[in-house]
Amino acid sequence: MPLILGALLAPLMQSAIIRTKSVMAGRVGPPLLQPYRDLWKLVRKGAVFSETSSWIFQMGPSVGLASIILAMTLIPFGGFAALSSFTGDFILVAYLMALGRFFTVAAALDTGSSFEGMGASREATFSAFAEPAFFLALAALARQTGQVSLGPALAAVSTATWMRAAPTLSLALAALSIIFLSENARIPVDDPATHLELTMIHEVMALDHSGPDLAMIEYGAALKMWLFGAIIVGLTAPWRAGNRWMDTAAALIGMLILGVGTGVIESSMARLRLIRVPQLLLVAIVLSALALAL
Amino acid sequence: MTALLISLLFFGAGAIASLIFANRGRWPTMVGAGGVILGSLCGIVPATRVALGAPAQSLRVAWDVPYGSLYLRLDALAAFFLVPIFVICAVAALYGAEYLATYRGRKALAPPWFFLNVLAASMVTVVLAHNAVLFLMAWETMALSSFFLVTFENEKESTRQAGWIYLVASHIGAAFLLVLFVMLGKENGSLDFDRFTASSGAGTLFVLALVGFGAKAGFVPLHVWLPEAHPAAPSHVSAVMSAVMIKTGIYGLLRILTLLGPPRAWWGWALCAVGLTSGIAGVLLALAQHDLKRLLAYSSVENVGIIALGLGVGIIGLSAGAPFIAVAGFAGALLHVLNHALFKGLLFLDAGNVARGTHTRELDHLGGLLKSMPATGATFLVGAAAISGMPPLNGFVSEFLIYLASFKGAVSGDASSAVPMLAAISGLALIGGLAVVCFTQAFGIVFLGQPRTVHAGEAQEAGRAMLAAGFILAAGCVLVGLFGASVVRSMGPVIRGVTGLPSISVGDSLAQAADSVARVGCFGAGLTALAALIGGARAITLARRSVASAATWDCGYARPSPRMQYTASSFAQPVTETFSMLLRTRQSLHGPQGMFPEGAEFYSRTEDPYQSLIFRPLFRALSRAMATLRPFQQGKVQLYVLYIAATLLVLLLWEVA
Repeated sequence: MPLILGALLAPLMQSAIIRTKSVMAGRVGPPLLQPYRDLWKLVRKGAVFSETSSWIFQMGPSVGLASIILAMTLIPFGGFAALSSFTGDFILVAYLMALGRFFTVAAALDTGSSFEGMGASREATFSAFAEPAFFLALAALARQTGQVSLGPALAAVSTATWMRAAPTLSLALAALSIIFLSENARIPVDDPATHLELTMIHEVMALDHSGPDLAMIEYGAALKMWLFGAIIVGLTAPWRAGNRWMDTAAALIGMLILGVGTGVIESSMARLRLIRVPQLLLVAIVLSALALAL
Repeated sequence: MTALLISLLFFGAGAIASLIFANRGRWPTMVGAGGVILGSLCGIVPATRVALGAPAQSLRVAWDVPYGSLYLRLDALAAFFLVPIFVICAVAALYGAEYLATYRGRKALAPPWFFLNVLAASMVTVVLAHNAVLFLMAWETMALSSFFLVTFENEKESTRQAGWIYLVASHIGAAFLLVLFVMLGKENGSLDFDRFTASSGAGTLFVLALVGFGAKAGFVPLHVWLPEAHPAAPSHVSAVMSAVMIKTGIYGLLRILTLLGPPRAWWGWALCAVGLTSGIAGVLLALAQHDLKRLLAYSSVENVGIIALGLGVGIIGLSAGAPFIAVAGFAGALLHVLNHALFKGLLFLDAGNVARGTHTRELDHLGGLLKSMPATGATFLVGAAAISGMPPLNGFVSEFLIYLASFKGAVSGDASSAVPMLAAISGLALIGGLAVVCFTQAFGIVFLGQPRTVHAGEAQEAGRAMLAAGFILAAGCVLVGLFGASVVRSMGPVIRGVTGLPSISVGDSLAQAADSVARVGCFGAGLTALAALIGGARAITLARRSVASAATWDCGYARPSPRMQYTASSFAQPVTETFSMLLRTRQSLHGPQGMFPEGAEFYSRTEDPYQSLIFRPLFRALSRAMATLRPFQQGKVQLYVLYIAATLLVLLLWEVA
């Protein structure tokens, strides 16, 4: 169920961000279903491949999408438990996303374009710094709840846990939010709406992909944002009504708030200079280390 | 035991026969490689059986050497290390038979085959030896035979230099081991391992073992010989040295740990600290390299760091009385020994294919090799993904176990034991993230894009034997990744041997860890299936559409050239920039000048800071101090006679007084 919800609604979260940005800029903005239309349009198109590229380039998007879908099966949502749950499952989640990154980066290098090489290098570097922050934040969560598995750990977070350990959880939450923005290529780390290849990180890696491959990359990015969002919302929305549908509705509202919040951040601040990004991620590491120290 | 003795006999016969038939064309290759392969095949059966739980066997023969005895013992710990030794030696011999063939007529091929056989035999003896004298003799033979293999291309100045650094580093390590065994022997009155018992000075002994064995394993800062020796050696020798020879250092450390009695918590802290330093420094220095084999050598430092981290976590668990943490930590470390043997062996062999096919190892001179060397590229991809810890492959399984142990420790332990666990978690995460940068760089720059030079454009795929060797190891990486749970379950005997925990708690903890690993294996299989499904659907969709090919998009510039591609140094630049305090990368830039610039040049170079800041000044000071003794050496016999007479006189006076 969490997988189906995510698969269906993930692009809608991007719409929420875009709509928020439009409203704040005083524009009407594209229809809410635009991301779905874009995906459908891309799937029906043909493809153009670079003469330089090899089978790695063609394989990259498929592996990326497969790994993010598998990672989604380990994420609980609202009143529904994850499809699969075992001790240490979040290690697998992090490494599945790393696998997706490995192939995206390889596919970018396969084109021989210096722009894509640049994006690949930045993406790989920033993710390397985000990884310790992610693990430490989850360690803080695990230490508070005594659970070394994502589903049970999130399920164990209740209003009582928040009353007891608000500082720890909010620090972990702050760290996770920074990771949410950086891993999903949002402002202040990366600007998904930029039109200058030199300043892009994530988007520039997909420059040469077209047709169904590009659809898979876009859809995978939407799923990835949903995945991180589900973790954050699961941590911040500890109310358990007992009815799984009502819990799920609450979580959906949480996702909407997260999307709107991201849109507000994107409208109200500029992106950081690239050289500052590692420092931001270092802040995330320090925040989660502090969460553990408290 | 008989089979192992026969295996040693094969190695000996191979060594001698390759010398006897030295002048007969292909004969030294045939008998040399044959000796290694037959010996390995012969030994692998008993080693596997004992590693899986068959009773330990021993053999003891009296020996004339004082305090020495020919005491060989095959227990689970020894057997666990013997398995990768035999596998890698056999594969390397298969590879070397073809790799060395191009030197025929230019160089004598009997010595490398002689020394490869001796190296194999001495590694086996090191692991089997249960007497300190025998152990040290085998240890020294191992160092010397590998020294002669490293200096195979001794006509090159850089190779001779690398050989010297290796020789000196080996002997500094061996000196610590000598002190260690003398102290142990003095206390216990015997140099047989099973007579050694826990002693009061266990802490000192642990430190001696850590330094002595650490020099062989490549712990930072004693790693400086690895990035010199590995690139200099022929590729199959680099594979053997990096995959299994440096692991004898880990073996030695574990063997001494089993002799020192219950471990103290600070040993675990020390190993965690060493592991974190080695892991992070190793991967950072690997990233900054331009030479493919140097990169791989530094990555060995990183992986040895991960092993040390696992051991440290395990020891902390052991001393805190938490069996699961101990078992998962040790299992992760030991499994990583096996895994690193598989993927690092594979990567060095593939690096050899690249060097052979293009005549260069310089990353920025390569590119686009996936098209001209498809099989090498595919196996390199497997190795690169495995060493970065990517899920369906073996590297993830061992790192997962270490993570699991650390998370359990971080959750359950009190504050003081949680700190090293959290350091291990964040360190492993950082190492893992940087390893992805490092190996996407290595694979991407060498195999993807367009050839950067003419050499790379004319690359030739390696021959059948060289490719077969790579395929065997790549298959190993995939199998251990998918069936990791079975491997973990079968590690009971060796874990019992190392930790000394009762078999019930080891079995329980292993089963618990194996459950998670089994789920990981399912996910790996699921991932492969799902990716294949998506790929298939994509292929069917595209078959009905128009598929065109065009130049790479470069912002409208339609004639991109290979020189416009991102290079290894530019790919690594964000990381080297962030860690510039540690790496001290030196850059030289001659930018374009004037209205019509003639040319521009940029070069970056990262020296090993441990080499340039610690060891070079140290050895320079040492050699200056030694130079003050030089006036005593005049080369005049009369003067030397005077020295002797003076010495005698002094001794006489001493005796009288």
